[in-house]
Amino acid sequence: MNDGVISQVDQPRLNPMFRFQWEKAQDCYVLLYPEGMIQLNGPAGEIMALVDGKRSVADIIITLEQKFRDAGDLTEDITGFLGDAYAQHWITL
Amino acid sequence: MRSTGSPCSARPSLPTEVKPHGQPLWLLAELTYKCPLQCPYCSNPLDFSDYSSELSTQQWLDLFQQGRELGAVQLGFSGGEPLVRQDLKQLIGGAHEMGYYTNLITSGVGLNADKMADFRDAGLDHIQVSFQASDESVNNMLAGSEKAFQQKLNMAKEVKAQGYPMVLNFVTHRHNIDRIDRIIELCIELQADYVELATCQYYGWAHENVEQLLPTRQQLEHAEQVTNRYRQQLEEAGNPMKLIFVTPDYYEERPKGCMNGWGQVFLTITPDGMALPCHSARMLPIEFPRVTEMSLQEIWDQSPGFNYFRGDDWMQEPCRSCDEKDKDFGGCRCQAYMLAGDMHAADPVCGKSPDHHKIEAVRQRSETVRNDSSAFVYRNTRNSRIFARG
Ligand code: SF4
Ligand code: SF4
Repeated sequence: MNDGVISQVDQPRLNPMFRFQWEKAQDCYVLLYPEGMIQLNGPAGEIMALVDGKRSVADIIITLEQKFRDAGDLTEDITGFLGDAYAQHWITL
Repeated sequence: MRSTGSPCSARPSLPTEVKPHGQPLWLLAELTYKCPLQCPYCSNPLDFSDYSSELSTQQWLDLFQQGRELGAVQLGFSGGEPLVRQDLKQLIGGAHEMGYYTNLITSGVGLNADKMADFRDAGLDHIQVSFQASDESVNNMLAGSEKAFQQKLNMAKEVKAQGYPMVLNFVTHRHNIDRIDRIIELCIELQADYVELATCQYYGWAHENVEQLLPTRQQLEHAEQVTNRYRQQLEEAGNPMKLIFVTPDYYEERPKGCMNGWGQVFLTITPDGMALPCHSARMLPIEFPRVTEMSLQEIWDQSPGFNYFRGDDWMQEPCRSCDEKDKDFGGCRCQAYMLAGDMHAADPVCGKSPDHHKIEAVRQRSETVRNDSSAFVYRNTRNSRIFARG
């Protein structure tokens, strides 16, 4: 995985190539790009919904840990996903 | 919206079985058949000059709304040349407000910086500019226009300058494919985000011109090698530009899963309001529904045209008993119709098709035929009248 690329102080932002939105018909968050669509699963959508160029990775982790109290420590999942998202050019740091 | 002409108010019973299908994620709005260019591989119908009526602004907006309710999320404005429509900005604005990702698919002719900025304000997400070659003379020869190339270059630069994501589409064929390195260099220089290097599908005008378009196997292999080399270079340089290389199915032994399955993902609406499961399906002897006579939901879910090739009950041998039928759905129906003379047949691209020798013969001819641009049948109204029925 790509941990190591992402640090807690990074403030990820959406690559302007993509548009992020909730799709009622798919019942999930999606990333739209020229002539294509990526359907995000529940956790991925929750993380991307917090990516705004201002929140740091640490903020995103705290916010989601508060929202999903039963899930325990989410640091690894979230940094792992953001590392992949960065590798896919969905986000910039 | 509906004018089925039925005298009673009860819903007519539907003769066709409704088969499992997905949502029309992709809506392609062919706004007009008008176009200033004359590409010899244009996918418009050969008899386009027969269909000159066009849907109104309000009709299009209403269709976009209906499509959105069915789950459509990508909207493509194409044609012909969509810029010919004076209400394009209004259509973009309406679609954007409905939540579509909006794509303008253009030759770039008729575009300028002001229009682009206007469209951006209206909410246009992406502009795809199509090129015929990196070489000005070949490009102009193919587009049948002298000024076209310089205009395209300028427009591609402007697309980037205005912050749009940019897809450059190069139609490759035997006249330009040997220069694929220059095509890619040009794309790097223009800072494209995605580059599609695709040989055309040989329908419509391209079918008329297949001899002068189909590259040889050797040309194709060379082009693929060059593309792979550039992919590696781009990756090493950390350049996110994506190269998409599409080989012509004429050189494969299995057909492509056409349109991800008939009536599964795509919905095309023609300038005059016919709904199609694929933009070339108009050539098939099937009565396709009209958006002026039925709602999009009825068209998508229930119309005989959209249910015609859903599932696999319609298949013949060798497809019927083939264990790959879920992968390629028997291939392209238009190709089966054109080459095997039966739209229910296996796509002749398939090595198992009894008509496969026809594809092999075209391949073989490509080895000996001489490049001759004067042999092209250009897509224009004069030539279209020759193909038109009326
Ligand atoms: S393929 Fe060429 S001729 Fe056909 S609509 Fe596009 S630009 Fe016009
Ligand atoms: S026989 Fe039909 S289903 Fe099987 S691979 Fe060929 S085209 Fe596809």
